[in-house]
Amino acid sequence: MSGEHEPKIVAFCCHWCAYAAADLAGVSRFQYPANIRVIRVMCSGRINPNFILKAFQLGADGVLVSG
Amino acid sequence: MNAHAYVALTGKGKYKEAMDVILRNLPFPGAIGRICPHPCESACRRGEVEAPVSICALKRFVADQVDIEDLPIPEIEKLDEKVAIIGAGPAGLTAAHSLALEGYQVTVFEALPVAGGMLRVGIPDYRLPPEVLEKEIRAVTRLGVEIKFNTALGRDITMDELRAQGFKAIYLAIGAHKSMRLNIDNEDAEGVVHGVDFLRQVNLGEITKLEGNAVIVGGGDVAIDAARCALRVGAEKVSILYRRSREEMPARENEVEDALAEDIEIQFLTAPKKVVTTANKVSGIECVKMELGEPDASGRRRPVEVPSSEFVVETNLVIPAIGQAPDSSFLAETAGVALSPKGTIEADDVTFATNVDGVFAGGDGQTGPWIAIGAVAAGKEAAISISRYLKGEDLRAGREHVEVPQENFRAIPEDIEKRPRAEMATLPMAERKTSFVEVEQGLTEEQAKAEAEKCLNCMTCCECYQCVEACKAEAIDHSMQPETVTLDVGSIIAAPGFKSFDPSRFDTYSYANHPNVITSMEFERILSAGGPFQGHLIRPSDHKEPGKIAWLQCVGSRDINQCDNGYCSGVCCMYAIKEAVIAREHSKGPLDTALFFMDMRTYGKEFEQYYNRAKEGGVRFERCRVHSIDPVVGSDDLELRYATEDGRVEKENFDMVVLSIGLEPATGVAELAERLGIELDHYKFAKTSSFAPVSASCPGIYACGAFQEPKDIPCSVMEASAAAGAAASRLAEARHTLVKEKTFPEERDISAEETRIGVFVCKCGINIAGVVDVPKVAEYAETLPNVVYVQQNLFSCSQDAQDQLCEVIKEQNLNRVVVASCSARTHEPLFQETMRNSGLNKYLFEMTNIRDQCSWVHANDPDAATEKAKDLVRMAASRASIIEPLPMPSVSVTPVGLVVGGGVAGMVCALTIARQGFKVHIVEEKDRLGGQALKIKNSWKGESVPEYVSKLVDDVTGHENVEVHLNAKIKEVSGFVGNFETTIGLNGAGDAKKIEHGIVVLATGAHSIKPDEYLYGKNDRVFRWHELDEAWESDPVKNATSAVFIQCVGSREPERPHCSKICCTFSIQKAVELKKRNPDLNVYILYRDIRTYGEREDLYREARNRGVIFVRYDLENKPVVKDDGGALDVTVMDPVLQRPIILRPDFITLATGIESHGLEELAQLFKVPLSQDNFFLEVHMKLRPVDFAVDGAFVCGLAHFPKPIEESIAQAQAAAARAATILAQKDIEVEGVVSSVDQALCRGCGKCVDVCPFGAPELIELKDGIMVSHVREAMCKGCGACAVVCPTGAAAIRHFTDMQVLTMVEAALGG
Repeated sequence: MSGEHEPKIVAFCCHWCAYAAADLAGVSRFQYPANIRVIRVMCSGRINPNFILKAFQLGADGVLVSG
Repeated sequence: MNAHAYVALTGKGKYKEAMDVILRNLPFPGAIGRICPHPCESACRRGEVEAPVSICALKRFVADQVDIEDLPIPEIEKLDEKVAIIGAGPAGLTAAHSLALEGYQVTVFEALPVAGGMLRVGIPDYRLPPEVLEKEIRAVTRLGVEIKFNTALGRDITMDELRAQGFKAIYLAIGAHKSMRLNIDNEDAEGVVHGVDFLRQVNLGEITKLEGNAVIVGGGDVAIDAARCALRVGAEKVSILYRRSREEMPARENEVEDALAEDIEIQFLTAPKKVVTTANKVSGIECVKMELGEPDASGRRRPVEVPSSEFVVETNLVIPAIGQAPDSSFLAETAGVALSPKGTIEADDVTFATNVDGVFAGGDGQTGPWIAIGAVAAGKEAAISISRYLKGEDLRAGREHVEVPQENFRAIPEDIEKRPRAEMATLPMAERKTSFVEVEQGLTEEQAKAEAEKCLNCMTCCECYQCVEACKAEAIDHSMQPETVTLDVGSIIAAPGFKSFDPSRFDTYSYANHPNVITSMEFERILSAGGPFQGHLIRPSDHKEPGKIAWLQCVGSRDINQCDNGYCSGVCCMYAIKEAVIAREHSKGPLDTALFFMDMRTYGKEFEQYYNRAKEGGVRFERCRVHSIDPVVGSDDLELRYATEDGRVEKENFDMVVLSIGLEPATGVAELAERLGIELDHYKFAKTSSFAPVSASCPGIYACGAFQEPKDIPCSVMEASAAAGAAASRLAEARHTLVKEKTFPEERDISAEETRIGVFVCKCGINIAGVVDVPKVAEYAETLPNVVYVQQNLFSCSQDAQDQLCEVIKEQNLNRVVVASCSARTHEPLFQETMRNSGLNKYLFEMTNIRDQCSWVHANDPDAATEKAKDLVRMAASRASIIEPLPMPSVSVTPVGLVVGGGVAGMVCALTIARQGFKVHIVEEKDRLGGQALKIKNSWKGESVPEYVSKLVDDVTGHENVEVHLNAKIKEVSGFVGNFETTIGLNGAGDAKKIEHGIVVLATGAHSIKPDEYLYGKNDRVFRWHELDEAWESDPVKNATSAVFIQCVGSREPERPHCSKICCTFSIQKAVELKKRNPDLNVYILYRDIRTYGEREDLYREARNRGVIFVRYDLENKPVVKDDGGALDVTVMDPVLQRPIILRPDFITLATGIESHGLEELAQLFKVPLSQDNFFLEVHMKLRPVDFAVDGAFVCGLAHFPKPIEESIAQAQAAAARAATILAQKDIEVEGVVSSVDQALCRGCGKCVDVCPFGAPELIELKDGIMVSHVREAMCKGCGACAVVCPTGAAAIRHFTDMQVLTMVEAALGG
C-alpha cells in the first residue's frame, strides 16, 4: 500500500438506467475517480442482499446499487 | 494533376505531402515548375479577383524544398513483362516512371548521350539548370528503369530486334528535334546553324564561344532561347528577325521582356530573303520589310512584302528558328507505323495506340512541337494503355475525355482583399549576359505561403488524401462515383427534412460580424461533448465562461418583414428552454439565462411542465420585442435593446447571445417536388390535407417530417411511421415479396467442450488506445484462466473485424467470447449476431466497457484507466467462464388487431391495419362511431369534418377485415404480444365475447372539460367549443355586435398544467369565420400565449388583419365575467395600456381544457402507464412515440395528448404501421434472458407473482390443489426480481444467476 487509502467500490447498475448513465458520463467525458467497478444487471431488482454482503466480505469499502 | 491539393498543402507548410501529391502524376516537378507556360493558371478563379495563384512557381518551390532522392522508394512487386521506350524526354520518362511503379521492366533507348529530351538539350541552362533535371531523372531510374544512351531507333536498333529481345510493348516518344528550313538561298552555308541544333550544341558544350554578330530568324520560344544563348557564348550583337509585329509573337511575354532587357535587338516586320555569303561563309542576311495584310488561316494578319525595301544585316551566324518536326521518316519505312503528312506519328486520341499492335506513341513526336507538360500527360496516358495492353484489358473503357462542368464552386467572397502575384527574385543583369546561372531564383518561403493562401478553395475539398492516410480504418475512398440506380417501387416516401435559417442577413443582430452572437444550432454544438470545446461552456471570442446568455426567439420565423417565413417553426421555444436549462447544468459558475420572446409556445406533451420547471429553476422569460444587438465597446460583450410589452425600451448586456433560428424548406425541395410531381404550398412545404396528413398530392407519394411543415422530433418520428403505414396500405399484396430471410448456421453443441475464451480488446481508433494501454491489457488477458486467444482490434465493430471474429471463433475453436470495448447497450446485439454467424449461441458472449468506463472518464490518469480496464477484462472473463447457452423460444402470432375506441384515430388505425391485410376489431363504448369529430365542423384549413367522418365510417364498416363492436367495453385482458385474449362486455355488459388478437391499440380519446368559472352553465350565452357551432345560426350569435373568446380555461393552471394545444387555433379560426360573416362584429380573444404553431400562424395573421383584437392576460389577473342583468360584462387587465378594460360581449366562447377520462382502468388491464397529465404514456416520446413499453400495445389520438385532427390521423396511421410490424410475422423470437421456476423447489407462495411488474409468473395447479409458479416467457422482461424474492431458490433468472453475478464480485475485488 502506498499513499492515501483508496476505497474499493462495487457498483451494481441496472442495464436500462444506471448503466446507461455510466455510458452517458463517458460520452459527456465526465471525469471521476477510477476506483469503482461496475457490474451490469438487467434490473436493480435483481440485487440479492447476499451480493452486497459478499462484496463487503471480500473487502469492498462501498457498494452502490443504482437503478 | 491536382494543383488545388499541393497549393493547399504548401500553404500549410506541408511540403513533403505537397511533393507526394505532385509526384502522383508528374515525375519532374522541379523542371516543369521552371519552364511550364502554365495553362492551368488561366483556369484559376483567383484571376477573377486580381491574378491567378502562381501555381507553377509554387510547384517549383515545393520541388526546391524537398530532395526528391530522399523520398522513400515504394515497395514494388516486380512483373515479368518488358517495355521498350524510345526517347528519354518528358513523355518517355513519365511513361517509364508510371510503368516502373506498376512493376514492369522498363528500358529507355535514347539517341543522345544525355536524358531529358528537349528539357535537357532544348532549354538553356539559365532557365533549367541541368542538375535539377538530372536529379529528377535519377529518381526515375532508381525505380529500376534502365536508360541506354546513344541508341537511336532506326540507326542502332530496330523494332523487330526489340521484339526479339522480349519487349512486349513499345512506346515511341521520339520528340521533335528536326529543324524546319527557311528554304532560302545559301541555307547550308557555313555559319548557318538551325535553332534546336544550336541549342543542343550549346547545352552539350559543343559550342562554347562565338565571335561576331548573330542573327536569329523566328518569333517563338526557341528563337528567344537561341538569341539569349548566343549572347551568353559571346556574340557581340544579337538580333532577332521576325516577320510580323510584337502582338503576333508566339514567344512567352516574359521571355521577350528578358531578351530585350539583355539588349537583344528584335526587328519586327522583317523577313529573310537569302543568306549572303563570302567564300561560302556567312557574312550577312538579306532581308525585306513586311507590312500586315488580311488575316490568314491562323487568324493572324498575313505579312506582305513591302516592294523594294530590301536591306542586308551583317552577321557571322544565322540561326533559323522557325519550328521543329519529328525525325520520323524511318518509322514508316522500316516498321509500317502510320505518319501524318507533317511527319508526326498517327495515334489514337485517347489510347495513344498506333496502327501497329503493341506500339504506342506520344509527346512532340506524335503531336508536333508542344509544351512539356503536354508530353508528360501523354506519357501518363500511354502508361495506362500499355499496362492495360499487357494485361489484356480494354484500352478505352472509361477513358473518354469528358468535360466536367464545374458547377459547385464556392462563391468568391465580396470583401476579398486584392493581393499582387508574388514575383521571384532574378539574377542581376550584369551577371546574366555572360553566364548560364539560373535567372529566376524561386519564391521565398514567405512568398510561397502567402501565394498559396490566396487559393479560393473553389471545390472545398482539395483531394490531398491526407484524410485517407489519417483514417486508420481505411474508411475514406475518394474514387467512389455517383451511381444511377433504377428501383421498381409502388410507393415513395419523401423526407428531405429542413435547413436551418441563416441569420447573417439581419444586420441588427450582428450575427455575421460578432463571434459571440451564435445560432441555436451552434450553441447545441458548444454543449456537445463532441463539439468545438468538448462540451465545455465557453464563448467563442475569448473562451471565457459566460455569466449571462440571452436567447432571441422567432429569428427567421413568424416574420414577413425581414424574411418570407410567415409560419411558426414550432420547435424553437422548446429547444431554447432546453438549451438554457442544460447550459445552467453545464456552467461551473452561476449562469443567468434569459429568453426574449413574443409568445411562449410549449404546446407539446409535458412541454408546459418543462417550461414551468425552467421558470422555477431560474431561467428568465422576457416578453418583448428585441430591437437590436450591438457590441459593447471595449469588451466582447453584447448589448440587447428591446421594447417591453408596455412600450418601454430597455437595455441589458450579455456575454453571449443565441439566436433561436427557425426551420426552412430544405435546399432543392422545389426540384424534388417537380421531379416527383407533387405540389408544395406557399412556403414550399409539401402540400397535404388534414385528412391525409402524410399523403402528398400525387397518389402513392408520401411526405413526412419537416418536409410537410416545421415540426419537432416526436411528431416527425410519428409521421415517419404514419407514412410507412399509408404506403404499406397500398402495397399489402407486395408484402414479403422482397424479403431476404436471415439464416444462421446450425448452433454448435458446446456442452462437452472445455471452456475456451477468446478476448478481443478494442482500441476504438484512439478513443480507447489514446488513454488505455491496450497492448498491456491484451497481454494481461492472456494470463487469465480459460483464455486461449487474445487479439487487439482497431475497431471491433467494423464489418471486417466482425468477419474476422467469425473466422477466429472457428479457427481457434472458441466457445466463449469477451469483447472489451464500448457499451453492451449499443453493441451487444451486433456481436451476438456475429456469434450466431459463427455457429455459437449468442448468450456465450460477454462484453465489458473500457471506453465509457475507462478511457473517456479517466482521461487524465492513463495508468489508473489501464489498471481498471484489466480489472474489467478479468471480471468479464470470469463471468464468461460460467455463462451458458440459452434457448431462444419463439411464439406464434395471431394476425388480428384490436383497436379500443371508435373515434377518428381508432377508425383510421383500424382501417390502416385492415388495408394491410389483417383482421381488426374496433371496440367502441358508445352506440356510434365518430367520437369527438362528430362535434367539429371544419378543420383549421377549412375542410369539412362531417363529410370526412361519414365517409370514414362507411369505409370502416364496409371493409371486410374490420369488425365493429359498439356499446362494448373491455372486461378482461390476458396474454402477451402476439397472443392476447381480451373479453369484451356488450350491451351494458350483459353479453361477453372473447377476442384473440396479436396487438392492441388504445385510442380512447379525450374530451373538453365543463368549467365552473366564467358563468359557464349559468348564462346561456357562455359557450364552450362546439356549442358556438351549434348556436351559430341563433339570433344572439347572428345579430351580435361583440364577441369574446377566453383561452386557457382550465388549461395551464396548477390543477391541470398541460396546454391543450388545439384551443388557440380553434378560437382564432372561429373568430375569422365570425369576422367573415360580419366584418363589423367586434371580436376579442383574451389569451395568455397565442400558440398557432406551424402554418397555423397564417390564421393568426389573418385574424389580426381582419381586426380581431387580442388582449393578453396573466394567470394572476384572469378576466372576470359578470352577469349584469342578463348582459355579459368582461373585465380584463390590458398589459399594453396597463389598465383594466371592460367589454360587453353578446356571447362568450370558452376554450376549455382537454382531459382524458377513464384511462386508469384500461391502463391496469393492459399494464400500460399514464403520464402526469393522465394521458397514456408511450415508451419514449421521441424514439418510439406510439409504442407502449408493453410489447404489442400502441397508442394514438387524444388519449395520448390533445391534438388536432390531422395529427390524430397521422398518429393512427403510425400506430397501425407499428402494429403491422408484429402482425406480419408468423412468430416472434422471445428474449432468452428470462426467469424460470424449478417446480420441484416451488411451494407456490406466489411472491414472484406479486413482485413481477409484467405479470409473467402465474400460479398453476400442478395436481390436486398443489399450486406452483409458472413463468410465461414471452411476458418476462428478465429483471430477476422473482429470483430475489423467492424464498426457496426455485425462481431463477437466466444469464444473471447468483453464481454469474457473484463471480464478478469476486473478480472485481480479487485483483
